[in-house]
Amino acid sequence: METSEQVLSPEEQFQARIDADIRIEPKDWMPDAYRKTLIRQISQHAHSELVGMLPEGNWITRAPSLKRKSILLAKVQDEAGHGLYLYSAAETLGTTRDQMLADLHSGKAKYSSIFNYPTLSWADMGCVGWLVDGAAILNQVPLCRTSYGPYARAMVRVCKEESFHQRQGFEIMQTLCEGAPEQKAMAQEALNRWWWPTLMMFGPKDADSPNTEQSMKWRIKRFTNDELRQKFVDMMVPQAEFLGLTVPDEKVKWNEERQAYDFGEVNWDEFWAVVKGNGLCNHERLQARVSAHDEGAWVREAALAHAAKRAAKEAVAA
Amino acid sequence: MLTQDFTNATATSATEPSLLFPFVLQLADTSLILAHRLSEWCGHGPILEQDLAMANIALDLLGEARSYYQYAAELEGKGRTEDDLAYLRSAVEYRNPLLVEQPNGDFAHTVVRQFLFDNYHYHLLKALKDGPDTHLAGIAEKSFKEAAYHLKWSSEWIIRLGDGTAESWQRLDKAIAALWRFAGELTTPAPAETALQEIGVVPDYATLLPAMQAYAAQVLAEATVPEPTAVFAQQGGKIGRHSEHLGYLLSELQYMQRTYPGMTW
Repeated sequence: METSEQVLSPEEQFQARIDADIRIEPKDWMPDAYRKTLIRQISQHAHSELVGMLPEGNWITRAPSLKRKSILLAKVQDEAGHGLYLYSAAETLGTTRDQMLADLHSGKAKYSSIFNYPTLSWADMGCVGWLVDGAAILNQVPLCRTSYGPYARAMVRVCKEESFHQRQGFEIMQTLCEGAPEQKAMAQEALNRWWWPTLMMFGPKDADSPNTEQSMKWRIKRFTNDELRQKFVDMMVPQAEFLGLTVPDEKVKWNEERQAYDFGEVNWDEFWAVVKGNGLCNHERLQARVSAHDEGAWVREAALAHAAKRAAKEAVAA
Repeated sequence: MLTQDFTNATATSATEPSLLFPFVLQLADTSLILAHRLSEWCGHGPILEQDLAMANIALDLLGEARSYYQYAAELEGKGRTEDDLAYLRSAVEYRNPLLVEQPNGDFAHTVVRQFLFDNYHYHLLKALKDGPDTHLAGIAEKSFKEAAYHLKWSSEWIIRLGDGTAESWQRLDKAIAALWRFAGELTTPAPAETALQEIGVVPDYATLLPAMQAYAAQVLAEATVPEPTAVFAQQGGKIGRHSEHLGYLLSELQYMQRTYPGMTW
């Protein structure tokens, strides 16, 4: 064993650990590119939680019942919590939350494009939970087994809460679909708007996803974008049918041979337009985060100044 | 000093529901409106940890409001639900004090509003949890633990902002000047409260004041900000005479129920 380790380069040893499904921990040697990929992915994920608070936060003050208000507020609060543990996981790789936020605010770092779509009716709270969180779960469950330990452990916690979020989203949809005709129409209208953007959440087609191959090799990623998108369609089409709703894609059809649903082509022009900043809400979502940060600067400075004064007093007393 | 004397209290079953109803409704409205204001911060807080803290306080207050509304609905006995009471009453029917409907302003305004409320809420619940109405005492018991945490949070922020930077001191001072005038209403009994104080179901607020004032003075001293003196106390919310802010708040809060009447959500 010793001899073989001597022969193997650090990269080879690293890959051997990955192949043996041994977790990589913060103090372990890792290739720079692995570290960079993870920082990019985890911070992007953390930013998505943070920005993701906005479209749902948009309906907290208008939720239609006290019970729904309470559940929605708790859900958005969970997202803030997810943001916190993901920022902490990314910090174990040698970056800081300040740096990550600076990258978000400058536009250098991305967040999930889905949050650049507006939430226009109460049924959107159903669709965000049912479809958006549903898609997020498919992306995230495999991450509980991702090769980097702190990320995998953060994801275990995130996934538990996400599955609760998805159930509450489905339940909002179900209540609407069992309600008055206006409510069912509200549900269908929301599904029409959210269906295609959620399919885009799995990222570009495999052929156009330059990072997939390396990420699969490092076991950061365990399924390709197209595999997950197919899984999502197969899961959601029967659920929409159960609700009595129609998925806005005429090409959706069960394929007996493949044992999967065929479905239409995502509008990739729209996908890239939103990624590049031209979605309806890109500007206001980012601006909301920048404003919160800038307007909160004096609060953070006060907290730091007070902590320093207190520490100085304690030092004198001791 | 803080122990409330409930020797005048009549037995629970003897408390006239029609006397208790407006007071429980007032408590419900108060917690709901403040929860609503705090929830407006969600996603916009100065730092993620404080976003979480404010959402947390909002959730506690919302839970407390629901318990009160459910109890109020039961006391009224007309088949109304918690949602009917929250969503289908107009601004003039709302009974919250003026303080809690005041806009968030900057973080200093939110913290001062919260501190004034928490200091009152904590001491009120401390008395109510030992009160003769067991249902009300039960809600107060649970909420008291939460209120203790809220008061700790807002007191610490008053101190941090006051004894922080020159800018934070100024902002705090300004917020105190803007909001202290709404503190007096909290402990000035409205007719609904006087009726219950007379039969010992609600504490005499004069007995709460010394501890509240001593606590506020201590926190402000630590924050190095002067305590406002001879402040004119604005009144009206508890009898349905509100500031202009409440109408806008309710039009947002009640939007769905008003637009789609009689539906289940």
